[in-house]
Amino acid sequence: MSYIQKPTAFHPALKKNKLGLTRRDYEGAMSTLCAGCGHDSITAAIIEACFKLDLPAHRLAKVSGIGCSSKAPTYFLSRSHGFNSVHGRMPSITTGANLANRDLIYLGVSGDGDTASIGLSQFCHAMRRQLNMTYIVMNNGCYGLTKGQFSATNDKTSPSKKGESNLFEAIDLAQIAIQLGAGFVGRSFSGDKAQLVPMIEAAMSYNGFAFLDVISPCVTFNNHPGSTKSYDYVRGHNSVLDKLDFVPAEEEIEIDYAEGTTSEVDLHGGAKIHLHKLDTGYDPTNADQAINTIRTRLNKGEVTTGLLYFDGREQDLHETLGTSERALNQIPISELCPGSKNLAPINDRFR
Amino acid sequence: MGRALPRGLKLAKSMDSSVKEMQRGMPATDVGDPQYFHKVVDCQWACPAHTPVPEYIRLIAQRRFTDAYMLNWESNVFPGILGRVCDRPCEPACRRGRIEDKPVAICRLKRVAADYRDDISDRLPAIPTEGNGKRVALLGAGPASLTVARDLLPLGYSCTLYDKDPKAGGLMRTNIPSFRLPEKVLDEEVYRIVDFGVEAKFGEEITSLKSLLDEDYDAVFIGTGAPKGKDLSLPGRKEANDKIQIGISFLTSVAFGHVKKVGKRVVVIGGGNTAMDCCRTAVRLGGEDVRVTVRSPRKDMKASAWEIEEAEQEGIPIYDNHSPKAFVHENGKFKGVLFEIMRAEYDDNGKRKLVATGEEVLFECDDVLMAIGQDNAFDWIERDLGLEFETWGMPTVDTKTMMSTLPGVFFGGDSAWGPENIIVAVAHGHQAAISIDLHCNGKDLSENRPAPGHSLISQKMGIHEWAYENDYADTGRIDVPHAELASSLKDLKVEVELGFDDQLAFDEAERCLNCDVQTVFTPQLCIECDACMDICPIDCINFINNAPETELRQGVRVPATNDTQDLYVSEALKTGRIMAKDEDVCVHCGLCAERCPTGAWDMQKFTYMETQAAKSCQRNLDAYVHWSKTR
Ligand SMILES: Cc1cc2nc3c(=O)[nH]c(=O)nc-3n(C[C@H](O)[C@H](O)[C@H](O)COP(=O)(O)OP(=O)(O)OC[C@H]3O[C@@H](n4cnc5c(N)ncnc54)[C@H](O)[C@@H]3O)c2cc1C
Ligand SMILES: Cc1ncc(C[n+]2csc(CCOP(=O)(O)OP(=O)(O)O)c2C)c(N)n1
Ligand code: SF4
Ligand code: SF4
Ligand code: SF4
Ligand SMILES: [Mg+2]
Repeated sequence: MSYIQKPTAFHPALKKNKLGLTRRDYEGAMSTLCAGCGHDSITAAIIEACFKLDLPAHRLAKVSGIGCSSKAPTYFLSRSHGFNSVHGRMPSITTGANLANRDLIYLGVSGDGDTASIGLSQFCHAMRRQLNMTYIVMNNGCYGLTKGQFSATNDKTSPSKKGESNLFEAIDLAQIAIQLGAGFVGRSFSGDKAQLVPMIEAAMSYNGFAFLDVISPCVTFNNHPGSTKSYDYVRGHNSVLDKLDFVPAEEEIEIDYAEGTTSEVDLHGGAKIHLHKLDTGYDPTNADQAINTIRTRLNKGEVTTGLLYFDGREQDLHETLGTSERALNQIPISELCPGSKNLAPINDRFR
Repeated sequence: MGRALPRGLKLAKSMDSSVKEMQRGMPATDVGDPQYFHKVVDCQWACPAHTPVPEYIRLIAQRRFTDAYMLNWESNVFPGILGRVCDRPCEPACRRGRIEDKPVAICRLKRVAADYRDDISDRLPAIPTEGNGKRVALLGAGPASLTVARDLLPLGYSCTLYDKDPKAGGLMRTNIPSFRLPEKVLDEEVYRIVDFGVEAKFGEEITSLKSLLDEDYDAVFIGTGAPKGKDLSLPGRKEANDKIQIGISFLTSVAFGHVKKVGKRVVVIGGGNTAMDCCRTAVRLGGEDVRVTVRSPRKDMKASAWEIEEAEQEGIPIYDNHSPKAFVHENGKFKGVLFEIMRAEYDDNGKRKLVATGEEVLFECDDVLMAIGQDNAFDWIERDLGLEFETWGMPTVDTKTMMSTLPGVFFGGDSAWGPENIIVAVAHGHQAAISIDLHCNGKDLSENRPAPGHSLISQKMGIHEWAYENDYADTGRIDVPHAELASSLKDLKVEVELGFDDQLAFDEAERCLNCDVQTVFTPQLCIECDACMDICPIDCINFINNAPETELRQGVRVPATNDTQDLYVSEALKTGRIMAKDEDVCVHCGLCAERCPTGAWDMQKFTYMETQAAKSCQRNLDAYVHWSKTR
């Protein structure tokens, strides 16, 4: 952490978005995480993505659990709604908030401990229900906040900083997400903003459950030479499927990639994703192939990154449940509450 | 990043490899070259004498006024004078002006050091009682010659100072009005040098260089300035002779008390600083309707913005696009000046042409002050001495050594290349003194020139602790309090600016961005975590593929369009990328170094000093460079 506040001065030529805001307007408080933490880098990517999406800050709700990663929402979009909840309970808080107010954009931030251990069931059910949210796991393979114990995503081959070996196989959150019905599944690396920023933009524009597993080295506890979640390891074993460009609605972009290597994915809101495939055989809409590819590469020690899976139906919990079109706070109390006259016959049905 | 060469073009081998070099990208920056970081210290770089500005601003913030004064005195000889009237090239250069609206009030902070310092007599260089036997003649007692004297007297030279005027100071005395520069301040700093033991020959005009050379001086320094005011030969000029005064002569007459009054209606012709001093002086000598007239559009006026502002604050109107056409007389009596109204037209290259609109206007007046520029006057230098002149009547002078083509004869100040300002005269004086000393010792003037002193030292004291104040003040520039207009307009001797008090000085000093505390990068330590890039408030830092400079300048986060500022480029990092930092608007906040997990960034204070001819004239500068070095 740093003692001084970040100077408010910014580059006089800093770009402004359609709202007339600069990227600096999307910042939050100064980070208190360790210097060099991958989480700060993901924070910067979220700031960049929200700036590029021309997002009005008050349309966003940031929700998190407990952990260094779950502290991160304090460090971006200080003018948004936020809820720093209890350990592993981010999905349920988001579910409640989303059902009450479907008009907000929900961004859940969690850690690998928060998601893959204490919050695993909550995570699974939010996906199964296809809650409309973006769920980012800042994945460092350890419990950073409580001094670096192994988390459930740490590879079995990856010992602790002091050399103790890890006894259990790792959970791959991305594979679980594809299996359990998340509509948009991506994996990226905190050290690769070129890939990460458009991925966040696309995920936040997706209608349905979008899951991003972002490898995020913990400089203090899990960036040692034996770690498979270190800067060096991920850079050395990053198996990139595709690079994506996010094209907002009403914008056209000339594609200058070789024919057959680029495909276009349409989002319901009108935006597009241009996928520049490095692996031309890969089809992100095929769940079986996705899981196969990830597993095969994992066995070779590779980390598969890119848009792993995409479901064009963009299914969302509100549709499934047929809930009100309007946010509850937009419905007058006279409509919201049926009144005792109408309540009596309902109660009678259960007598 | 290979780019194909045009087909059919075959290159010689060596050329081929240099093209490849270029295609690979920029070479890594050599921060061991003192000029690299010197350039980042915008104010110090812009100061002709390279005064260590950020260091003395810090000393002022620490209330070490005497130390701040001495650092200035050693660098620029006249801190009290310059703290009031310096042309301040440092301020337009100041980084703060590129980030927010206005630069740090560097010049006014210098004055604070002069105003609040203690007695310095025990900190001045000792003058040897026994001379070194060498005699130097200094012609003209302006700032250039005085600087040479300051630098040479402590070395035991005997210095004879000539001036046609009865007192020393040059234009600082005769032309800069006392409401900007009080006589007391001028006398103190000028006579400090004269009292070092100059042999003064004041009131003696030099009419022949030849006869002076016959006096067998070991060296001669010509600091006679540009003493001739320009005139306009327009219809009616001769008949109006008693109504028209040349600006610089007028100011001189006022300074020596020969002129005490002007007519009620005064027209000033000209748009430079001399015009501003003329009009403000006229207002104080009884002028009620004083007008400034300029040929060009207002935005092209030569005067400094702040001088124009001061004149306007005193209620003096400026008529731009007014080109004088004739001096008008009626019934044998002077009536006024006839002007043609001009219009600026610009061609496709943006080149300006002034065209007459056909409209004319007569400004009736009692007096005219002609302030349209100065010329040099070298009619007293015989042309057969071996001292060469250029076609336009200026001597040939070496830009580094200040020597003319006649060995042993040196020039400096306005006499060298035409009218400049005091700080340029001082810088010339320092270089000429070094050359004279080398010349008198039979050494080569170029090869034996002393190198500048410099050091680069880490400021790290703890995890988030630096030996400098990295939390600069976010406030706007503080205006200097002024004397009440009514009283200052009545009396020529009332100083208009009151100067900062110590609290205002502190607040203004805190605006300084510490451009001398450098971001130093060690590529071997970098793990490319992006933390520095993410935290940087100004988006200076990039991790990017190397490319030729123009490409790199476009490719960084915010395009680096200010070509006067360098890109700091590292060796290749582990990923093959490089770190490229745009120095342009870095605020030296140190956050990159605070957020770096490996110490790849460090904040290091860069010190730089111009070596002086006499070691005893750089004791404070030495301490500043070496104390930093040995800490
Ligand atoms: C009206 C006016 C206002 C100015 N205001 C500023 C300002 O605010 N800030 C700033 O930085 N600069 C200012 N300047 C410019 C500045 O004064 C000069 O650039 C500076 O003084 C030049 O110094 P110098 O040593 O070269 O010569 P000068 O100061 O010109 O001194 C030359 C001396 O040589 C003497 N001399 C000349 N010929 C002979 C001879 N043949 N024999 C004997 N003596 C001779 C002259 O009498 C004079 O004393 C101003 C100039 C003018 C005209
Ligand atoms: C109910 C509960 N159990 C345990 C803890 C202790 N605890 C705090 S953070 C944390 C793990 C955080 O790991 P992760 O989510 O990966 O976050 P990181 O710090 O690595 O970013 C644990 C176990 C807690 N705060 N609450
Ligand atoms: S901010 Fe300070 S150090 Fe930087 S240019 Fe301005 S005065 Fe000089
Ligand atoms: S000191 Fe570092 S963080 Fe601060 S502006 Fe300069 S490069 Fe950016
Ligand atoms: S913070 Fe340090 S280690 Fe990280 S990228 Fe910057 S210089 Fe490299
Ligand atoms: Mg973790």
